[in-house]
Amino acid sequence: MTLLIGSLTMGLILALLAFGVLISFRILAFRDLTADGSLTLGGSVAAALLVSGWNPWAATFVAVLSGALAGATTGVLAMKCKINGLLAGILVMTALYSVNLRVMGKSNVPLMESRTILSSAEQLADASTHWRIWIGLWPGQFGYEDVFLPLALDHDMSVIGLVLLMIAAVGVGMVAFFRTNLGLAMRATGDNPDMIRALGVDVDWMTTLGLAIANGLTAFAGALLVQYQGFADVQMGIGMVVLGFASVIIGETLVGSRIVGFLICGAVMGSVLFRLLVAIALRWGLNPNDLKLVTAVFVLAALVTPDLWKAARKQLSPAR
Amino acid sequence: MLELNQLTKTFHPGTPNEVRALRGVNLTIEDGSFVVVIGTNGSGKSTLLNAVAGSFFVDTGSIRLRGEDVTRWPEHRRAKFIGRVFQNPFTGTAPHLSIAENLALAAKRGRARGCGWALNSSLSSDLRERVRQMGLGMEDRLSNAIGSLSGGQRQSLTLLMAGLIKPDLLLLDEHTAALDPKSADQVIRLTDDMIRRDKLTTMMVTHSMHQAAYLGDRLIMMVRGQVIHDFRGTEKQRLTPEALLARFEEVRRLEQLDEAAAEQLRRQYV
Repeated sequence: MTLLIGSLTMGLILALLAFGVLISFRILAFRDLTADGSLTLGGSVAAALLVSGWNPWAATFVAVLSGALAGATTGVLAMKCKINGLLAGILVMTALYSVNLRVMGKSNVPLMESRTILSSAEQLADASTHWRIWIGLWPGQFGYEDVFLPLALDHDMSVIGLVLLMIAAVGVGMVAFFRTNLGLAMRATGDNPDMIRALGVDVDWMTTLGLAIANGLTAFAGALLVQYQGFADVQMGIGMVVLGFASVIIGETLVGSRIVGFLICGAVMGSVLFRLLVAIALRWGLNPNDLKLVTAVFVLAALVTPDLWKAARKQLSPAR
Repeated sequence: MLELNQLTKTFHPGTPNEVRALRGVNLTIEDGSFVVVIGTNGSGKSTLLNAVAGSFFVDTGSIRLRGEDVTRWPEHRRAKFIGRVFQNPFTGTAPHLSIAENLALAAKRGRARGCGWALNSSLSSDLRERVRQMGLGMEDRLSNAIGSLSGGQRQSLTLLMAGLIKPDLLLLDEHTAALDPKSADQVIRLTDDMIRRDKLTTMMVTHSMHQAAYLGDRLIMMVRGQVIHDFRGTEKQRLTPEALLARFEEVRRLEQLDEAAAEQLRRQYV
């Protein structure tokens, strides 16, 4: 049960990362590798601010802004300095490693007893318990609730509830955004830059804005991850682009549509499913050290299988 | 009004691939005139259109549109005044967006794009009416992805998009060259209707002598990055495809002569 809830929560938090990857890879068609750095940046900024006693919501907000700044930097490098997009992402990602160490002051920052967004979710749950007592619904009153289980579950459940709410809000916000004039222009920028330029959109600026949003979301994932696991680590971002991409691919397969709303739902589903699969694989004895290799092989397989399948069918189809 | 003054453009300067695509083009196009541009391959006619659209900056010379000097304006800024249809039917539309979404993007050409809904109900019904007027029966398929349409349908829609907000200048770059004859006829008919109805100032590059002879009220012929013939008024009206072909033959002979002369010079001096 704890395993299930744990991977569900992780999956939901990392859905934000999948949103970021979805925007850069799928909507902007920009192969952005900044995410490995911006996830850690979000985490380290949040951790540093939380430890120094900031309000957790304010700390998370600043973390998101820092990620957006990192994404915008990649955008400017790629679009204005005309550096290859992959290289621009790698440059920013590499630079962020040092930035993250500077922000945290060391390679690992435990949050200790700092208040976090997720602990405030517990307070909310506590408040609701009080409220239940107040209206006369005493825990265990009807005899079906164990005295200890609800307390343990209430913690996890309130955390997962809050994360779910945030993911839903972000997801709905994204669907709405991509239906506005600005959002539609952003989708067209990825789909056909020549066309949208001829319709008066500054493709450089639009790509930069999109990368800022994507990496802001990725940093949001990092900030929540840190508050969930209770520490920030400078290595926590390694392999995150591939992980997010895996979620997006699973999601696309699940929903089988390129409509933005479906892609967004798919990204959440893909992220959660991937976490569950990982949890099961670890349970079955997969060495955690092999996890990134397995993830990479999975993405590779997902990328080449459709082509191999097509080629195989062509080979097998009877010659005319 | 469009005023081009001494435009020059050289691609890959100082390399073996150097191409002097524009060699001093002077041209003034009055409001409401429909100019057909023809020329041999590599004569610079598409380059001229792209220079006006802002796909690149010219090396020297100036471009004035509506009295404003747009020579140093980036392409997306000039889009406020210019509607375009490209040779490749895939260039003018975003394949994964729906017909309605593509049209909604065109309805904001050159204007600020904020956080209002892209497809509100009044715009949707307006767009449906515009598509219905084209008479291609696409008005009930507005939510289909544009990538599912044929090249001719996509080109017709690109044309509609270019004229959705009346442009100060319409640039058509061999926009029927990649289509089958039937679709090409249809797109040409739509083009002519739209230009006449909205009195659009137009530059149209074409390979078709037939289109060149029977469309537009002015014709310019380009050779080697320069305008060598400019037919207007009754002179333009009297042109026939045969007469134009004869002009091309003349040019070809001239060029051959030039090549022979160049070859002789090379042998003498190199």
